[in-house]
Amino acid sequence: MSPLLPSLAELGHLALWMAAGAALVMAAAPLRPALVGLARPAAIAHGLLLIAAFAAMSHAFLVSDFSVSLVATNSHTAKPLLYKLTGVWANHEGSMLLWVLILGVAGLGVALSRMPLGETFRARALGSLGIVALGFLAFLLFASNPFERLDPAPPEGLGLNPLLQDPGLAFHPPTLYVGYVGLVVAFALAVAALLDGKVGPAWARATRPWVTLAWAFLTMGIALGSWWAYYELGWGGWWFWDPVENAALMPWLAATALLHSIRVLETRDALRNWTLMLAIAGFTLSMLGTFIVRSGLLTSVHAFAVDPTRGLFLLLLLLGLTGWALLVWALRAPKVAEGARFAMTSREGFLVVNNLLMMALLAIVFIGTLYPMALEAWNGRQISVGPPYFNATTVPLIVLLAVLMGLAPFLAWKRGTTTGLSRRLLIPGIAATAAAAAALALLGVSGLLALLGFAAAAWLGIASLQLLLRRGLTFVRAGTALAHLGVAVTILGATASGALQREALVSLPVGDGFEVAGFTVTLEEVAPRAGPNWTALEATLAVGRNGAPVTTLRPQARTYTSPPMETTEAGIAMWRAGDLYAVLGKPDGSGRWQIHFWVKPLIHFIWWGALLMAAGAAVALGGTFRVTALARRRRTAPAPGPAPLPLPAE
Amino acid sequence: MAMSARQLAVALLLAAAPAGASPPGPPAVDPALGTTPLADPVQEARAMALMHELRCLTCQNQTIADSNADQAEAMRALVRSRIAAGEPPESVRADLIARYGDWVSFRPPARPDTLALWAVPALALVVGALVARRLFR
Repeated sequence: MSPLLPSLAELGHLALWMAAGAALVMAAAPLRPALVGLARPAAIAHGLLLIAAFAAMSHAFLVSDFSVSLVATNSHTAKPLLYKLTGVWANHEGSMLLWVLILGVAGLGVALSRMPLGETFRARALGSLGIVALGFLAFLLFASNPFERLDPAPPEGLGLNPLLQDPGLAFHPPTLYVGYVGLVVAFALAVAALLDGKVGPAWARATRPWVTLAWAFLTMGIALGSWWAYYELGWGGWWFWDPVENAALMPWLAATALLHSIRVLETRDALRNWTLMLAIAGFTLSMLGTFIVRSGLLTSVHAFAVDPTRGLFLLLLLLGLTGWALLVWALRAPKVAEGARFAMTSREGFLVVNNLLMMALLAIVFIGTLYPMALEAWNGRQISVGPPYFNATTVPLIVLLAVLMGLAPFLAWKRGTTTGLSRRLLIPGIAATAAAAAALALLGVSGLLALLGFAAAAWLGIASLQLLLRRGLTFVRAGTALAHLGVAVTILGATASGALQREALVSLPVGDGFEVAGFTVTLEEVAPRAGPNWTALEATLAVGRNGAPVTTLRPQARTYTSPPMETTEAGIAMWRAGDLYAVLGKPDGSGRWQIHFWVKPLIHFIWWGALLMAAGAAVALGGTFRVTALARRRRTAPAPGPAPLPLPAE
Repeated sequence: MAMSARQLAVALLLAAAPAGASPPGPPAVDPALGTTPLADPVQEARAMALMHELRCLTCQNQTIADSNADQAEAMRALVRSRIAAGEPPESVRADLIARYGDWVSFRPPARPDTLALWAVPALALVVGALVARRLFR
C-alpha cells in the first residue's frame, strides 16, 4: 500500500465511525415526520459501512497485518487460512464487530424487504435498530476498538487459543449472533407496533419470519456449541448448565415461547400484550447473553472471553437498553387490548400452556444462573448451582411439555372438540408405554426420569410422524411436525446417552487392557506425534467386542506452540449412532497412563434432533415465502417470471 | 525421594484435614483410587454418582469425575477410599463441604438464604397457572 493512502485498517476504523453516524440518523428519523424518509437510506448506508469495516478487519487477518493490535494478539502467520478468517471473531473485539455486522445486515433486510405495515412503521422499527446499533458501536469505538494500531508492528503474532482452532467453534458465534440479532429485529418490530398501537395478525405475519429465523439459528448455534464442547473439551459431556450455555439457552426459551404465541396472534388475534412482552424478553435475554459471555462477570469454561475492565460499560449498556425496552412496554402496553379469550381444549389453549411452561423453564434457568452471583454479593457465601439442581427442576417440566406437544397439533383452533382425539393418540400412547417397558426390562434402566424420557420421546416422535403423514399437509404443519420430531429425537439422545452411558477411569501400562459394557479396550502404544503448530502424545487404543475388533481410538494430549497451551484431543469413534470416547490423561511416573473411556449410546441423536428442529423452521419459513410470493403474483396478474422473495432470507 | 505431583496433591489434601478429628479418624486415602475404580460395582456406582456432583477446585467448572487435574484425582481417591470404607456418600459430601465450602458441591444447599432458588420452580408454575386462569375466563 502506498504510504500516501491510509491503510485499509484505518479505512475500516473510519467506516465504523460513519456507521455510528448512520445509526444516529436511523435513531432520529422517526422523531419528525419530515425525517421519516431518511430511515431507509440511513439503514442501507449503515449496513454497507459495517460490511466494509468487517471486510477491512478480515483483510488485516488474512494478510497478517500485525500493525493492527487485534491481529497481533490473536493471529499468527503459521495459522491455517480458515482460522485466520474465523480468528476475526474468536476474540472479544472481533466478536463484537461481528455482532454489529450482523445487526447492520439485518437492518438492510428490514430496509429492503416489503413492508405492508407502512413506511412510518418501518422507520420506527429501524429507529430501534439504530438505538441498539449506537449502543454497541459506542462500546466498540470507546471501550474496545478493534482497529487499534501498533507502531512499530511486531514481526509475528501471538497466535489463537488452540481450543478455538476448530470448525465447530468457528461457526458457533456467527450462528448464535444471527439468532440474537433476529430477536433484536423482532423487538424493534414490537416497539414499532407499540408506538403505532397496531398489534394484530398483520403485525404477527410480518414478524413471524424473523422470529422463526432467530429460533432456527439459536437452535443451531446452541447445538454447535454443545457439539464443540463435547468433542473438543474432552470431558465427555454435552451440556453442563454452565452460565455461558444458559446465557444462550434463555433467549432460545423466550424465542420458542414467542414463536408459538405469535401463531396465536396471527390466527386468532389473541395474546397481543403477551406476545409483545415475549419479544421484549427475547431482546433483553439476548443482551444479557451477550453481556454474560463478553463481560467476564461469570467465570466458566468460556474463560477466554473474560475481560472484566469492559464489564462496567457493557453493564451500563445492558441496563440502558433493557431499561428503555421495559419503559416502552410499560408506557404503551396498557393501550393495547389483550384480544380474544378462548377455550382450554383449543389449540391456542395448549399453546398458552406451552408458553407458561417455557416461562417456568426460563425462570429456573435464570435464577439458577444468577443466584450464586447474587448470593455472593449479598452475604459473601459462594455456592455452586450445577446439573443436580437444573436436572431435577427442568426435566419434569420438559417431559410434561413433550406430552402436551404431542397433543396440541391435533387440536382445532378456537373451539376444542376432543372427539377422535383418543383414537389418534392411541398409537403414540402404545409406543410410549412400549418404550418405557423396553427400557426397563431389556436395557435395565431404573431411574424414573430416564424411563419418562424414553416414553416422552416415543410419544412425541410417533405423534409428530402421524402429523406429518396426515392428509392436507401445509408448509407450517410440516415445519411444526419436523421441529417436534426433532425435539423427540433430542430427548431420546439425551436420555439414552445419559441412562445407558458406561464409563471407566483407569490407569494402566502399555500392553494392558480393561473391559467396560462388553467392550475390551487395549492400550497398544503411546507415541509422540507432531502437527503444524503442536506436538502431542498419542495413545493407540484397540477396541473390540465379542472377540472382533470394532475400532481404534487415538486420543492425544497436545501441546500447542503459539500460544503455548496444553489441550486434550479425545479419541472418538461412532458406534451405532453413539460414540466410543476416550481421553488420554497423565502418566503417573511409573509407566502407567490414565485413560478415561466412555460408551455413549445414541448421543448423536441430540444434535441430529437440533438439525431437524432447524429444518422444521426452514420449511415453515419456506411456506411464508411461498404464500407471500403467490399473493404478490396474484395481485400483479401478468407477472413476468418468478416473483422476487419479498422477505429477507438472512 | 521425589514426590510426583499427584502424591503431593494427596499429601496437601490430607494436610488440610481438620486436626481435631483424630480419634475415630477418616480411613486412609489410597492414592491409587484416583485412577482405579473400586472392585465392588455398587460402591463404584455410588462413588461415581457423588464424583459427578463435586467441583474440581482448580478447574473451570468441571466435576472431579470429568477432570484430569491432579487435584481432581486426589479428591477421587478420597471419595473412593471413604465410600469403600462404608461411609454414606452424603457424609463424604458434607465433610468436603465443611472443608472447602458449599462451592465444592454442584448441588446447592437448602438453607434460608437459598430459599428463593428452590422456591422459584414451584412459584413460576403457580404464577403461570394464575395468569392462565385469567386468559381462559
